[in-house]
Order: sequence, then C-alpha cells, then structure tokens
Amino acid sequence: MKKSLAVAAVALATVSFAGAAQARDQIRVVGSSTVYPFTTAVAEQFGKAGKFKTPVVESTGTGGGFKLFCAGVGPDHPDLTNASRAIKKSEVEACGKNGVAEIVEMKVGYDGIVLASSKKAKHIDLTRPQMFLALAKEVPVNGKLVENPYTTWNQIDPKLPNQKIEVLGPPPTSGTRDAFIELVMEHAAESFPELKELKKTDEKAFKKAFSSLREDGAFVEAGENDNLIVQKLDANPAAFGIFGYSYLDQNGDKLQGAMVDGVAPTFDAIASSKYPVSRPLFVYVKKAHVGQIPGIKEYLAEYTSEKAWGKTGYLADKGLIPMPDSERKEQAAKVNALEALKM
Amino acid sequence: MENAATVVASSDAVAKRLKKRYAAERRFKALGFGAIALALGFLAILLVTILSNGLTAFVQTHVRLDVTFDAETLGVDPVKPSSDALASANYGGVIKNALGKAFPDVSGGQRRQLYKLVSTGADLPLRDMLMANPGLLGTTTSVWLTAGADVDMAMKGHVGREPGVEGNRLTDAQLGWLADLEKRGAVSKKFNTTLFTTGDSREPEQAGLWGAVVGSFFSLSITLLVCFPLGVATSVYLEEFAPKNKWTDLIEVNINNLAAVPSVVFGLLGLAIFLNFFGMPRSAPLVGGLVLALISLPTIIIAGRAAMKAVPPSIREAALGLGASKLQMVTDHVLPLSMPGILTGTILGMAHALGETAPLLMIGMVAFIVDIPASPMDPSAVLPVQVYLWADSPERAFVERTSAAIMVLLFFLAMMNLAAIMLRKKFERRW
Repeated sequence: MKKSLAVAAVALATVSFAGAAQARDQIRVVGSSTVYPFTTAVAEQFGKAGKFKTPVVESTGTGGGFKLFCAGVGPDHPDLTNASRAIKKSEVEACGKNGVAEIVEMKVGYDGIVLASSKKAKHIDLTRPQMFLALAKEVPVNGKLVENPYTTWNQIDPKLPNQKIEVLGPPPTSGTRDAFIELVMEHAAESFPELKELKKTDEKAFKKAFSSLREDGAFVEAGENDNLIVQKLDANPAAFGIFGYSYLDQNGDKLQGAMVDGVAPTFDAIASSKYPVSRPLFVYVKKAHVGQIPGIKEYLAEYTSEKAWGKTGYLADKGLIPMPDSERKEQAAKVNALEALKM
Repeated sequence: MENAATVVASSDAVAKRLKKRYAAERRFKALGFGAIALALGFLAILLVTILSNGLTAFVQTHVRLDVTFDAETLGVDPVKPSSDALASANYGGVIKNALGKAFPDVSGGQRRQLYKLVSTGADLPLRDMLMANPGLLGTTTSVWLTAGADVDMAMKGHVGREPGVEGNRLTDAQLGWLADLEKRGAVSKKFNTTLFTTGDSREPEQAGLWGAVVGSFFSLSITLLVCFPLGVATSVYLEEFAPKNKWTDLIEVNINNLAAVPSVVFGLLGLAIFLNFFGMPRSAPLVGGLVLALISLPTIIIAGRAAMKAVPPSIREAALGLGASKLQMVTDHVLPLSMPGILTGTILGMAHALGETAPLLMIGMVAFIVDIPASPMDPSAVLPVQVYLWADSPERAFVERTSAAIMVLLFFLAMMNLAAIMLRKKFERRW
C-alpha cells in the first residue's frame, strides 16, 4: 500500500512538473464571447498556413478574460485577451501588480447592436428616447421618476404599433448588455430634462436610473445564447430581441432590424458609423510574451492583414464591421510595432 | 333473519368498500401511466426536434468541377515538382480557375461571389489528391468539391432559394449559378465525412467532431483510471474493514453529500488544485479527466457499497469459517460477487461525466481547438463542450451541426447505458 502510494505520488509529481516545465508552443487567447468568432476565424487561417500550431481560443467573457490575462507573465498565462470594451484603469493596475507591465491594444473593428424582430411583424422605426421609455425601470412622467407605466408601444408614441412591449435581451453579465446600456439608455437618459437635472445633483441615482431595466416582464433576460433569442423571435412576431449584428446578418431571411434614430442596421450604416448603436471590439496583447511564445507577431500580422480585417476580408464575412481605411492603417502600424498602451 | 340482514348489509358495505378500493387502484394506475406517457412525450419531442434539425448534417452538398492542375497557377515546377512545393501550392487558385471556366461570362466583382459557392477548405482534398498522385499535374479531372455553408443550407432547404427575397444569404446571381449547376447534374449531397474526421472549425462545412471525440476519450480514460481503483478501494474499506463509529458515519454523510454537489464547484476545485497548485496545463484532458473523476467518485463509492451490501453475510461467514483471511474473503468472494453492481455504477458515473460541461469551463476546456489532441496533455475540447460552442455560433449551418453533435453524444451515452444494463443482466445473481 505504502509503496503504491509513493509510486502514485511520484507519477503525479512528474506529470505536473512536466506540465509546468514544458514551454508552450501554441498561442492561448481568452476573453469576450463577442470577439470569439473573429479571433477564432483568424486563428484557423493562421493555423492552416502551417507554420505554427492553431491558437487555442477560450470564450470566458470580457471580465473573466482580463482576470486571466492579468494574472501573470509566463507560459501558464494567456498571451492575448478578447474584449468587447476597452480595458479599465483598474484592470491595467491589476495587470501591473502581477508584472504584466506592457500591454498592446488592438482595435479590431466594430460590432453593431440591433433591436430585431421577426419579418412577420411590421417594420418599426424607433428613437433612442423611445427605447428608453420602453425599457427603463423608472421613467420620467410630469417631472418625476415613476415606475414604468407603458405596456404597449403606442402609449409611448401614437405612431408606434398597438403592440405589447416585449423585448428579449442579454443578462447583466454580458458585454452586449453593457454596451446597450451605455449607447442607448445612457445616451437617451440625457435627453430628458428631469434626468439631466438628476445627473447634476446625484450622479449615482442617475446611473441607477439609466442602467436599471424593467423587471415587470416587458424586458426578458434571455440568457447568453443569442441563437435562442433568434428562435424565440421567429416563434413570436410580437417580440423584439437585442443582440449583435452578426446574428441579424446570418438570419436575414427570418429577422429584420428596427431602425434606430432613422437609420437601419446595415453593414454600410454601421461601418460608416451612421447607425448609432455600435461599439469597438478589442484584442489585448501581452508584450512580454512576444518572442517567448512562438507566432504571436505573425498572428497579429495575420489579424491586421487586409485579407482578414479589410473591407472584403474574411472577418467581414463573419459579421465584423471593419474600421475605416485610415484607422485600419493606423492600428496595423501601431500593433505591428507593438506600441504599448499608456494609461 | 336478523343475522342474515346484517350479513347482507355488511356484504353491501364490503362491496362498496371493495369498489372504492378498486377505483383508487385504477386512479393510481392511470396516474402512473399518465406520468410515464408525459415523460415519453417529452422525450419524443426532444428526439424529433433533434432529428429533424440534425439529420441533414450527416450529408454535405458537393459541387462537381473540372479542375485543371496546371503548374503555372499552382506555382510549382511543371516537370519535377518537389513535395514541399506541392504541399504549399496554390490550390485555391486552381478552384477559382475551375469555377471561372464553368461560368465563363462572370467577370469583375461578381467573380468574388462566384468563388463563395465552393468552401474555402476545398483546397485540402485537392492537395492530398495531387500529393498522392503527382502524375495528375497538367491534367484536368472532374472532382466533387465541398460546397460553401450557405450553398449547403440552401440545397437542404434550411434557407429560402427564391431569388429576389430580401435577407437571403445567397445573392440572386449565386442562386442562379447554383440552379445552373444543378441542371448540369453537378450538385449532389454526399455523406459528410468531415463531421467525423476533423477538429473544430469556424466554417460550418469544415467543422468536425473528431477532436472532441478524442478529447472525450482521453478525459474518460483518465477518469476511469483514477476513479475506478479509488472508488472500489474506498467502498471495500468502508464496507468490510472500517469500524462503525462516529467517524465512518461522518465520512458516509460527506460522500453522500459530495454526490449532490453542483459540478461547477468541482471545476473550481480543479482550477485551484490541479492548475494553480500543481501547475498542470490548461484545457488538457488530463485535468478534465481528474476533475470528472472527482465528480463520479461519490457515485461509484455509493454504488459499490450498495453492491457489497447485497452480498449475503453467509458467504462471508463461510469463507471466514473455512479459514480465509479477511482480505481473501473480499478478493475471492465479495468483490467477484458484487462486481456487476460496481461496474454498473461505474458506467453510470462515467456516462454522467461524459455529459458534463460546467466544471470544464473553469479549467479552460470550453475553447476553440482545431488540432486533434495527440495525448492527454494537449489542449482539447470534449463532446458536450462542442455542442455548447456550436449552439452559440451565429452561422446558420451550425444549427444542424449542433443537433448532429447532440445525436453523436446521445449515441455514446445510450451505448454506455446499454452496456450497464447488459452487464447487470448477464452477471447479476439473486439470493
């Protein structure tokens, strides 16, 4: 018994040390599930070229990605992280504390957030304040914030259809939700005088006002799986869903996007930033790993090549909205020179 | 007279009571039948949706093209090409030429649309063809090439093929070309071998389950290697050797408790111990197997103890009475007799482990991994993780592939459960 225990312990120790000592020959990426489809597409092309192993891309969410990314330097920690928002100051500090001093920021393109419904439903044209009135937990009525009284769209504006307000959207853990709150709810909140006043007097209460969505059934948290929302919209023409543009792009035969402030969510409108609800997507690179883990520089070169993120590149086919020409050029130069982020 | 009356009255009451009891029994039977029918109904709905969504994924649309392996397009020496040059030659260009030849009047910007009829991964089979037979260089061969995912979806009827409809994935021109190819008999659906031979891909028509199947195999092998000996040893000790006191009671309560702990907690444990403390690699089936072993261990211990409890004490007493030591009694009598029960428990525990994703998220196995793992140390996904990743992909063609992956997973689960039932049937002994 004792002998076999000792053997087992030795075996376990060898295995674990072999694991730790083994230098990695494969790039590891973590982070946002929104950027995941694009980073993986680049990873696949990069692997197909045959010089390096295909990078491993984990889908951990933006926040979870930064946590792993900032945990330290060395082969046990990821080299890149996907993010559907810019890195926060607190995250840069956390990184610095663990020795991750130099971080290269790469903006990869834009993602539009759409409010879509089944094609069987009537096309709808919304403004952001209307969306705020439909979705916020408390809305200004006669100078006061009250519990959201609207149950049908035409109560908000007689021009909108007489239809129950029913919107399916992502849960608070999702980056899409954060972006929607920032780009639609916060922006719209400032157009109401009552809330503007509140912003001056009580910043915290203002933040709470625009970031709390309804909990009375008009807004339904539908989970992180956007395909599920697509299926539900198809089955229920009265409902709307909030998700990334690529899902609308893939399901164009079933769904239509609502116009926001008079602009329809099309590829061109998002690319030219006419469509208001779009956000930049990022990939962050650990500079200390460049040269240690083989292939990082070449991977970045593939990502920033025109055939990947260009206007007609394969990432555009996957639903990424490319940056304008000049911005692409500038980003590519910055990333390939490994210019570190300054905060 | 009076007596007879009471008898009649009481038999009336008896008949009434009897009727009531029968009625209660019928109600109970009806309820039980209803419950089973409901369960079967849900199962049928599940299977029908999965089958109707996923059966088409087992075939893949192919397009026949006359491919000319001309050395100039390939960029290799026409007389004596080196195998290195052949391996990295421009097969995509060859396909583009073939498409151009099939539709000579398409030009300019429309060319790009034309190229999308064929999968971007179609160049690999061409490479294998030419590498296997370099004599093809300079000749023209008719080859079936994998079609692009959008073409595949249109051919299978998952998206509309009516031209002029807004929101179509294929443009009207592409639909026209497709119809043209169909008229020439150059479009056909063939068995989807890719699904069973390759790893994950972001292009649905190139995505396969093989990487996940191998990953699941490695993980479950590790799980079995770790938890079967440990589980059996634990149950033998607790059942046959351990004294019955407060401590063993406490251990028993804890084991039963562990069997009910949510699996994601084991994932966190695995992250803390195997990754952070022992420094094992992320996303490796080795770690996945160890975590899954922690999850199935309680199940195996509980099943093992139950199986040993079912062995009659007379057998133990007979063995001891004939002078066997306690260890001999266990290895020669109790273990062989309880083995069917232990194995059944083990297989059920493994089947449970095969379906787990939540704990694997923590140790980095929910990831995009293309390369097929060669050892338990290589990064790898497992089957349920592949289902999860595909279900979340925006591409339409992944909907049917998700269902196909579920079918493969269900097939393995059914096989394991069937094995458990057969073992029990074959070796079970009743006393």
